[in-house]
Amino acid sequence: MASKELNSTDYIEHHLTNLTYGKCPDGTWSFAEVHGKSQVAGTEASCNINEMGFWAFQVDTLFMSVLLGMGMIFFMRRVAKNASSCKPGRIQNAVEYLVTLVRDQVQDNFTADKNPLMGPLALTIFVWVFLMNLMDLIPIDLVPWMANGFTAPNAEGGAIHYFKVLPVADINAPMGMALGVLILIHYYSIKKKGLGGFLAELTFQPYGKWMAPINVIFEIPGFYAKQLALGLRLYGNLFAGEMIFILIALFFGGFFSSITGVLAGVAGLALNFIWAVFHILVVILQAFLFMVLTLVYLQQAHEHH
Amino acid sequence: MNFNATLFGQLLAFVFFVWFTMQYVWPYILEALEEREKEISDGLEAASRGKRELDEAHQKKAEILEEAKKEAADLVNQANARANQLVEDAKSAAHEEAERIKVSAQSDLDQAAKRTKEELRSEVAALAVAGAERILGSEIDKDKNSQIIDQIAQEL
Repeated sequence: MASKELNSTDYIEHHLTNLTYGKCPDGTWSFAEVHGKSQVAGTEASCNINEMGFWAFQVDTLFMSVLLGMGMIFFMRRVAKNASSCKPGRIQNAVEYLVTLVRDQVQDNFTADKNPLMGPLALTIFVWVFLMNLMDLIPIDLVPWMANGFTAPNAEGGAIHYFKVLPVADINAPMGMALGVLILIHYYSIKKKGLGGFLAELTFQPYGKWMAPINVIFEIPGFYAKQLALGLRLYGNLFAGEMIFILIALFFGGFFSSITGVLAGVAGLALNFIWAVFHILVVILQAFLFMVLTLVYLQQAHEHH
Repeated sequence: MNFNATLFGQLLAFVFFVWFTMQYVWPYILEALEEREKEISDGLEAASRGKRELDEAHQKKAEILEEAKKEAADLVNQANARANQLVEDAKSAAHEEAERIKVSAQSDLDQAAKRTKEELRSEVAALAVAGAERILGSEIDKDKNSQIIDQIAQEL
């Protein structure tokens, strides 16, 4: 559905731009300005995304992730409230299957102690990340099109000109979750081993305490790289997937204009289908990986090395 | 792709969802799950216990049946023995009674014969006396001759 007014570069750039609300250098809060106009029709934008710096919110990312999260907890809560041991319905069966899967993963990967946080944490990560990843399978222009009042995403017709539906393709979403895991890792490391024990693990290994500087060079990057990679892995996979979908979407550009355009469109449909099927695997695998790795890292935080 | 405050927004949402799941979702579903697991394992255990009890009952039944059969056979044997005994007893009692009746009949017979003999003797004596009176033509003094008559009667 790429509109004819856009060239490929603009189209890709458009799909990679978040709807951003932030604080401009002049102290005012507004939506970002892109190509000389505000992202939201009828608002004054006084600066672009890069000028906003840290104090900016990706409204689409937050909206989609919170919406999906809310859907998740309302659904789960309804099942939990009506959960009965003797007469499970179909939905309860499905949720129970999920809970059992998560519980088994917790039991396999987190053996340190009976921590009541681990199950809910793993379940939340798995379901929430899965739902966010799933947004990648929505036709790429559908939500931006709806957000813009059912007109081409960059046209003047609608209210919101920019809307990225896939929260995990914005690095803030996966890294925000990874940050939560990082905080938990530090909390449990210090709780289980004491601050001294935790620091000793980072400085006195693997070569003993006289080689502390070298140990630090080995241990600190390794310790933080894995936690950083937790978020980056999810972001990278889904961003790449999104990117491919964007590129495939370029095939549809000339669908109504020429015979080659029709042929390209048909090829694009086939490619889109193949990539979407393959992506189902990525969607579930990345959600699962995020959950399992979180459990593994928290288990490591509980262990004495 | 720039880091900004969205990071913390996402973190907050994450914390909230985990908290909510921990508070209101996970325990309830897990409880239902574990309850069902327990019910199933209890049910299976009850079933196997029932089966074991049934087997035991079958065995016990067989034992009781066997015992009852034996007892019944014993009773029949006893009854047979007792019946035989009764028949024997009755037989011997009958024998005795018959013997006794025979003996008493014999003695009655003997007595009757004896009495008849006595009667006959005294009649014969009277006849003899009468005969002798006729022959002698005179009356024999019974008192005088009674000794003789008795002697004759005794010889008869």
